[in-house]
Amino acid sequence: MISGKIFKYGDDVNTDVIFPGKYTYTVNDPEDMVKHAMEDLDEDFVKTVKEGDVIVGGKNFGCGSSREQAVTCLKYAGIGAVIAVSFARIYFRNCINQGLPVITLKPDEIARIHRNDAVSVDFKHGTVHVGDHLFSFPPLSPEVMQILQAGGLIDYTKAKIHHAN
Amino acid sequence: MGMTFVEKTLARYAQKDRVVPGEIVIVEPDLYMSHDNTAAIRKIFEKIGVEKLKYPERALVVLDHCAPAMTAAYAQNHKEVREFVAQQGIKSFYDINVGICHQVMAENGHIVPGRVVVGSDSHTPTSGAFGTLATGIGRTEVAALWATGSLWFRVPETLKVVVHGKLQDYVYPKDLILKIIGEIRADGALYRAVEFCGEAIEHMSISGRMTLCNMTIEMGAKCGYVSPDEKTWKWLEEHGVNRSLAVSNDHLFSDEDAVFERVLEIDASTLEPQVSCPHTVDNVKPVSAVVGTKIQQAFLGTCTNGRLDDIAIAAKILEGKKIHSAVRFLVIPASQSVYLEAMDLGFLKTIIQAGGVVMNSGCGPCMGAYGGIPANGEVCISTANRNFKGRMGNKESEVYLASPATVTAAAVAGEIVSSGTQA
Repeated sequence: MISGKIFKYGDDVNTDVIFPGKYTYTVNDPEDMVKHAMEDLDEDFVKTVKEGDVIVGGKNFGCGSSREQAVTCLKYAGIGAVIAVSFARIYFRNCINQGLPVITLKPDEIARIHRNDAVSVDFKHGTVHVGDHLFSFPPLSPEVMQILQAGGLIDYTKAKIHHAN
Repeated sequence: MGMTFVEKTLARYAQKDRVVPGEIVIVEPDLYMSHDNTAAIRKIFEKIGVEKLKYPERALVVLDHCAPAMTAAYAQNHKEVREFVAQQGIKSFYDINVGICHQVMAENGHIVPGRVVVGSDSHTPTSGAFGTLATGIGRTEVAALWATGSLWFRVPETLKVVVHGKLQDYVYPKDLILKIIGEIRADGALYRAVEFCGEAIEHMSISGRMTLCNMTIEMGAKCGYVSPDEKTWKWLEEHGVNRSLAVSNDHLFSDEDAVFERVLEIDASTLEPQVSCPHTVDNVKPVSAVVGTKIQQAFLGTCTNGRLDDIAIAAKILEGKKIHSAVRFLVIPASQSVYLEAMDLGFLKTIIQAGGVVMNSGCGPCMGAYGGIPANGEVCISTANRNFKGRMGNKESEVYLASPATVTAAAVAGEIVSSGTQA
């Protein structure tokens, strides 16, 4: 269960605006990555983001580069979940592997969510509360859920190796 | 009911008789490529607590994104990659003197039809031009592969693109893929595999097929591929691949009765040159719609369009001409091997005499790390694959994407012109 406020963006939010490519090989500390989060899209993001806030996008969220920092910078900024109509494939995988929950909602549901709305997400029951609206979201496949529940692919892999030994 | 190439391949690797789209399978890829991000992946790998790579022979590392290093921080990054490669005994290592990862993998015989190739780079689908299942993954996934050798995949639906007829002389594979992306948009093939076939694909060079597969990620695809033909095998054999290493043809082609989610039919013969306008790749228009747009920089290179035939097109246009005085024309061969051939054939001389700047092989200014970042308010026309805001290192600049012919013609004219009249 997380709660915070909404940051709302449009369709096709790409990884270059979430985390510019020019920092890809020199900014390695997650806390430093946060300083550049959403740098080319929303200058107020870093100034106002708080633990438990939720990002809402349209279709194809996270398209573009495979850079994982575009997930890491949001996670360390305190983002508790990303909600979108659909996710770019590598971005979806990166979120799961970093332990950042991804939620898909229908376009008409997304349309009823606005910037700065109060939001709470109940992962156990698969529901999102925004103002007076209550939305349900579909569960992820069991295999993917296992990775997310382990806290990401690193902890999942560690546990798998430990179990095998 | 038959299966597509990708369904067959994932079934074979998951040791199942058949798989269906949507199913999650566990697969051991044959090859995992990483580049300048290898040092960062090493740090993730160390967190897993495993000392040695499970299969060092399946790891491949190329330094290309910021090569040679232009700051002490980049130099430190490269140093850490070299140390890690030596310590782990990774034999497939290509330092800054070889070229762009996707080009280097193919040129050095690492790409074999029917195999599964992954890489921590979104343009990994480029290798699908050789009938390979090639897809991009994240850094953490490479770390997990180093430790365990296996990874989960969702079996994708397949979009079949049939390209009828032949491209006109002044129309190129880049124009074709831009047209497709413009039609189906940036999410039009989300999570999908894309199979390219038809007369125009049969006639297309290996380089052109690489351009097509390279940009399938720009419509959201997991991978793009062209099933191998004699042209593919000839090219691969010239680059050290033994045909007997590949699986039989049954595994390399989609079945006659395979189920495609969608079939897109395109007539190549009526296609005009295309350009992708700022700031999204799917903002595609015919070149004729933006003729007259002034440019200050033109860039020919990248994993999309930095190969020999691309450079040949530029040299042919520039023969006896000069780059416009208000334009910087930057040329980056996709590999040192391409560089040498272009030099031997006199293409580089023609480009330099015309006023162009030939730079060392690598990714260059494509993602804004160095060497050709546009100034505020400037416009760059590029043969690269992305034009997102800030992509080339400055969010106050604009990037248009086009074929080598359109880019070179614009460099001469100082503005976007119809390349059909220039070539």
